[in-house]
Amino acid sequence: MVKRTSLSSNYAVAYAVKMADVDVIAAYPITPQTHIVEKLSEFIANGELDAEMIHVESEHSAMSATIGASAAGARVFTATASQGLELMHEILHIASGMRLPIVMAVASRALSPPINIWSDYSDIMNARDTGWIIYIVSSAQEAFDTIIQAYKLAENKEVLLPVMVAFDGFVLSHTFEAVDLPEEEEVRRFIPKQVTWYTLDPENPMTLGPLGPPEWYYEFKYQQVVALNKALEIAKQVDDEYGKVFGRKYGLVEPYRLDDAEIAIVAYGALASTAKAAVDEARKNGVKVGLLRLRLFRPSPVEEIAKYLENVKAVGVMDRAISFGAPYGGPVFADIMEALYMKGVDTLLSSFILGIGGRPMYLHDVLTVINKVKEIAESGRRTIETYYIGVRE
Amino acid sequence: MIEIRWHGRGGQGAVTASQVTAEAAIIEGKYAQAFPEFGAERRGAPVKAYTRIDEKPIYIRSPIVEPDIVVILDPSLLVSEPVLDGLKKNGWVIINSKKPVDEIRKTLGRSDVKIARVDADTIALQILKVPIVNTAMLGVLVKATQIVSLDSIIDAVSRRFSERIAKLNIEVVKKAYEEAEVSG
Amino acid sequence: MAKSSRYVPPPSTGWRKLPIGAVIPWPGNSEEYKTGSWRTLRPVIDQERCIRCAICWMYCPDAAIIELKQEYTTKAGRKYDKTYVVNYDYCKGCGICANECPVKAIKMEPEVK
Ligand code: SF4
Ligand code: SF4
Repeated sequence: MVKRTSLSSNYAVAYAVKMADVDVIAAYPITPQTHIVEKLSEFIANGELDAEMIHVESEHSAMSATIGASAAGARVFTATASQGLELMHEILHIASGMRLPIVMAVASRALSPPINIWSDYSDIMNARDTGWIIYIVSSAQEAFDTIIQAYKLAENKEVLLPVMVAFDGFVLSHTFEAVDLPEEEEVRRFIPKQVTWYTLDPENPMTLGPLGPPEWYYEFKYQQVVALNKALEIAKQVDDEYGKVFGRKYGLVEPYRLDDAEIAIVAYGALASTAKAAVDEARKNGVKVGLLRLRLFRPSPVEEIAKYLENVKAVGVMDRAISFGAPYGGPVFADIMEALYMKGVDTLLSSFILGIGGRPMYLHDVLTVINKVKEIAESGRRTIETYYIGVRE
Repeated sequence: MIEIRWHGRGGQGAVTASQVTAEAAIIEGKYAQAFPEFGAERRGAPVKAYTRIDEKPIYIRSPIVEPDIVVILDPSLLVSEPVLDGLKKNGWVIINSKKPVDEIRKTLGRSDVKIARVDADTIALQILKVPIVNTAMLGVLVKATQIVSLDSIIDAVSRRFSERIAKLNIEVVKKAYEEAEVSG
Repeated sequence: MAKSSRYVPPPSTGWRKLPIGAVIPWPGNSEEYKTGSWRTLRPVIDQERCIRCAICWMYCPDAAIIELKQEYTTKAGRKYDKTYVVNYDYCKGCGICANECPVKAIKMEPEVK
């Protein structure tokens, strides 16, 4: 029986990890993620989860221990944010390069300096090219569901890659809302424990993580390219299967009121949720606007992006991170532009930056964006400006 | 959609109250959201928290600037914090105060809002033996506004706390519900 | 990938045929890699001088000193129940053994005379 309860995204993640019956958790506390690991410690202490909690001295060690445990055949989990993800960066590549199905939650947070514990997606954007699969979710329910999907995807034999599930620090991590929790049994049936990857086993010795000289290295990197591309297809399958069993599916991108839209905005994370309210509001005033929410950041769902944005006159991409020195705009803007250009979709693109370092993102901020996109559509002229919404002069 | 803004001081339980209210709405099959004003929490410092309740899914995730209801857990905040900012016309002020409603209205300087109050300090000290007034405020809130039923609040309180603590807090909720002075 | 132990994929192997993650599931295949070809000087043990202390055996970074259960009697009549020899398949010629030998029983001699 499904149990409706009220949980923050942090707690929703902890429940998902418990239901996934992980064997090893290695983590270092960092705001705004800490509640996840606290809750998991509680589950272990009261016997609801039979797992080993490794208290490490840094995030670098957290990921290293996670890799070790995964290489020994354990189902593993860790969580981090911000500076923690940065400190982990070196090891992120090792996790993906070694093809270990690690699942990590990231309560996204801005980077120092100045010190800032609030939400933006600078941390996630820096992890873009690490070879991880990266989801960005928009609600506590989706955080729960995506962690379960992440294990299924990561451990798929054709994928075998680590998965990050990111959500806004505080705005989602600390917000309580309704979450339907399925039966633990049902979750465990959906992601049965099968060791599908190469593991360390004294009975059957092998070498993990050896030297890859020039005559071998390239082939292994190409394998990762192929696996990440394959992950697009498998992620869709997993989402469909999940939908059949649990009654909720999300797609790799989520279109909102795009059917008859003349202009579109693109967003991810909590902002995409507020953006739905803004789209509703703008539509009341006769603006034919729709929203495309990006759920899977890596690998990039190029086909879906092109399909949903093909017929609009103008697209405004809202980024929660700054890509310093980039030719134009924010990091996801660059992705959308690349996808549309390569797919031959000709539309008027513009880039908007907002919600940096936890700056609140109000309905009117999104309405400002929608109005600007509408203006651009009406003028029919390409803009080369990146709009920093709400920055004080 | 009903939007509530909670004003308290670190340690009074404003954040918990915002969550219990959301949980009560969820128990009733409604949609709800509860979140604190994000930042480092310090005992005694002014804190804000927010609750949204609706019959439809709630998409908006920004802080509440034009609340329908403000709940003030500490009367001293009336002078130090802009607690009434953005409060809608005909909105509610739910306040922990020993003073009668008429006197409170004079201090607020707003004739276009409804007021409900209870002496939450005394109730909390009497029953809980600690000055944690959040559950007393829940009693006044539901009596005045009926955004959720008293039963749902009691249900949510019992889900939130351990059995012993829940029992005491339910007593607090009921007592505050009875003693609340409501001026529509 | 159930190749016999010590399999080494040929240099022409494409990405499809390689185990993912650069895993080497053929245990012990580093034995196929003969580091002996790196040598310019070779250690030669003087069995007469050697006092069987095993220091060279411990120090050799390539485990190229082998301890044999083989008796040896010196000209002076001293009896040993083991003998240390060099495995020239893997000895890289680093000279550590010669440096560490407490009785200077190991000499480094040119590979090509
Ligand atoms: S020369 Fe170096 S590699 Fe060769 S036996 Fe001596 S210590 Fe070992
Ligand atoms: S270190 Fe010298 S004396 Fe000792 S075992 Fe080796 S060769 Fe013999």
